[in-house]
Amino acid sequence: MINRTYNRPVLIKGARIVDPGRGIDVVGDTLTQEGRIVSAGPTLTPSNVPDGTHTIPANGLVVAPGFIDLHAHLREPGYEYKETIATGTQAAARGGFTSLCCMPNTDPAIDNEAMVELVKRRVDSDAVVRVFPIGAVTKGRKGRELSEMEELAAAGVVAYSDDGDPVYDPNIMRLALTYTLDLGMPVINHCQENGLCCGGVMAEGWIATRLGLPGIPAAAEEAMVSRDLALAEMTGGWLHLAHLSTAGSVDLVRQARQRGVSVTCEVCPQHLYLTDEWALGYQGDLRCTAGSRNYDTSTKVYPPLRSRSDVEALIAGLAEGVIDCIATDHAPHEVASKEVTYEEASFGISVLETALGSLLSLVHGGRISMSTLVDRLTVGPARVLGPSFEKYATLEAGSPADLVLFDPNLEWTVDTSQFASKGRNTPLQGVPLKGRVVATMVDGRLVHQDFGV
Amino acid sequence: MTTPDSMALGNDARDMALTDSASNRRNVLDLDDFSAEEIFSVLDDTGAMVEVLGRDIKKVPTLRGRVVVTMFYESSTRTRISFEEAGKVLSADVINMSSSGSSVDKGESLLNTGLTLQAMGVDVVVVRHPHAGAPYLLARHLPKVSVINAGDGLHAHPTQALLDMYTMREKLGSLSGARVVIVGDVLHSRVARSNLWGLTKVGAQVILSGPTTLMPLDLLGGRGELEEDHPFAQVDVDTDLDRAIQGADVVMALRLQSERQHSGFLPSLREYIRRWQVTEERLGKANPGALVMHPGPMNEGVEISTSLAHGDSSVIEAQVTNGVAVRMALLYRLCAGQGNRIGDDP
Repeated sequence: MINRTYNRPVLIKGARIVDPGRGIDVVGDTLTQEGRIVSAGPTLTPSNVPDGTHTIPANGLVVAPGFIDLHAHLREPGYEYKETIATGTQAAARGGFTSLCCMPNTDPAIDNEAMVELVKRRVDSDAVVRVFPIGAVTKGRKGRELSEMEELAAAGVVAYSDDGDPVYDPNIMRLALTYTLDLGMPVINHCQENGLCCGGVMAEGWIATRLGLPGIPAAAEEAMVSRDLALAEMTGGWLHLAHLSTAGSVDLVRQARQRGVSVTCEVCPQHLYLTDEWALGYQGDLRCTAGSRNYDTSTKVYPPLRSRSDVEALIAGLAEGVIDCIATDHAPHEVASKEVTYEEASFGISVLETALGSLLSLVHGGRISMSTLVDRLTVGPARVLGPSFEKYATLEAGSPADLVLFDPNLEWTVDTSQFASKGRNTPLQGVPLKGRVVATMVDGRLVHQDFGV
Repeated sequence: MTTPDSMALGNDARDMALTDSASNRRNVLDLDDFSAEEIFSVLDDTGAMVEVLGRDIKKVPTLRGRVVVTMFYESSTRTRISFEEAGKVLSADVINMSSSGSSVDKGESLLNTGLTLQAMGVDVVVVRHPHAGAPYLLARHLPKVSVINAGDGLHAHPTQALLDMYTMREKLGSLSGARVVIVGDVLHSRVARSNLWGLTKVGAQVILSGPTTLMPLDLLGGRGELEEDHPFAQVDVDTDLDRAIQGADVVMALRLQSERQHSGFLPSLREYIRRWQVTEERLGKANPGALVMHPGPMNEGVEISTSLAHGDSSVIEAQVTNGVAVRMALLYRLCAGQGNRIGDDP
């Protein structure tokens, strides 16, 4: 995947180094050489810097371990008109992500060794960041029989999920959590009790009532979160809950943690920043009059954008550590699948390139610290992936030089025509954000740079 | 859209006693963007159109040279014919398109069908669609066409609400302070939603009654994050119809689709009838002279008793008559407006 001919040494001079894995938040220098971190912390004297080093003056910028995304849809194979491994990883690089885990809801699904090999081969030739495939829990993601999970593990998957759909059958979920006990990887579930969704397309609530759209109640998520927590508690299996969206889910996970259940979970940038009001089509500003902008299909996503109180609970859960990590659920779609009625539109938002800008609003607003934000984008997801991933989540000397350099204060306006992703589907089009990635490095090689700003 | 016809339109306006409101309105999507003043202006124009419909020769040249297309993706009798008649009385050329037998059968998207009609120079598209928001999709992408929502999914049916309000005002004299009880399947009713916007804006008091399972949960319990001055926050819910109906000036029964029972919303039609059928006995608790309304088509003997549907209190046929006049008033408003029809609305 990554070009092994390393660039010359790079010195990032004078940036704020935020490396929560080592408990470091200092202004200093970061030096990389031959694909590894040489030093990240103290200011270096010229005698410590090799000849020919490329120096990046970085006063006012933040350098951090590259972000790790547990949950991205790269769409390849099968849906290359929505995204490819090439475009999806370019989008990741622009967003500061150096590692992506790709979901297996491709066509065909990634449910056997041959499919994993196909993805890995495409990653080797096309990807600009690291990509780790997730294997399906069940054959064909049909929810009936377990996939050959050990074979998938040997082929290199990092977790199991039928994401896009839940594992509906509670007994199959029980068996998946049990069978993976000796495989050391989590089962990631997309919690959605379909019997309660009833064709819903947005969060149940007064916005859905006003728009006449069928609603998805919070209980549709919470009912399956409860079920899965009970199964994890019973089996001792490792449950990872994808994209939590409700206050009730955060409470359920908090209580289960206190009982010692082995559960980890994630939240998405969109559920920390957007509410169901955005479906009215004017960026959540309810003072605007109604008009033809209503029914903005780019706000249609699973789980649905929810209320302000849910957003507040998710932020609190993230700050507190009940929620381990932030994952994007990057779900790119072609224009045609969103230029239809709200009920017909595909679920999903293209997230990778706006994630940092929207998440930094939590830091600017004093809701979480910079160190916590970086932790949930690096250390948190690495912990879910296991000990061998810790090296990607730190700037410790000797680690692979996977890092991101960003300007936390740069103000910019989202322009989807500039996206690397094929997916232009985001309600943030035209929205001003504060904070933007300046450079992304994988294995010591700059895979994205935007110093023109 | 200022045309050489504008003089003729002006003459017509005087001839028909229409209001002199220079409307900038491009689309009629729902009533949420209508002020009370604009609603009253439409109702006044409707009165002028009722007069036209009462003439021996029901034809005026107002919309001569305009093309109106009705696009119905759902079956309809009264609404489609009502729009067709409204357009024809005003001398517009009216073309009816239904989803079967058109390129929709070949899988053409709603948007592409709309773009095709725009390219043909159509002035007004009247759309009914099973999905909420379909008229908004057209309005967003068709800058040269006026879009009228003739019913979209569970969302809105603004022309129905306007004809309901016209009928109430005609019979009661005033809408302000009128106590309007809407009974039945509110959850699935676009008629109820549009009436909520319209009636609350003109100062009527709205009470919703019906099974709790057919009521939006956010209207039943806490109002969530609804702002206090939001129109929906002024709506009362009382599931006890015998209590809700006391002192009512209007009782509007909503259509109950039989599939609601099969999908579990109701234990049985029998129980629904016992608790929520609008009957003569129940109407006895309303104010003397209270009106009985129904948007149609009725299930007589289910949501409304047969004798009441055709009794003296019923204004259901007047609703249908007024429906033509309301649609004439709206077509006039969109086509005769002097405002900017090109570009997005505010």
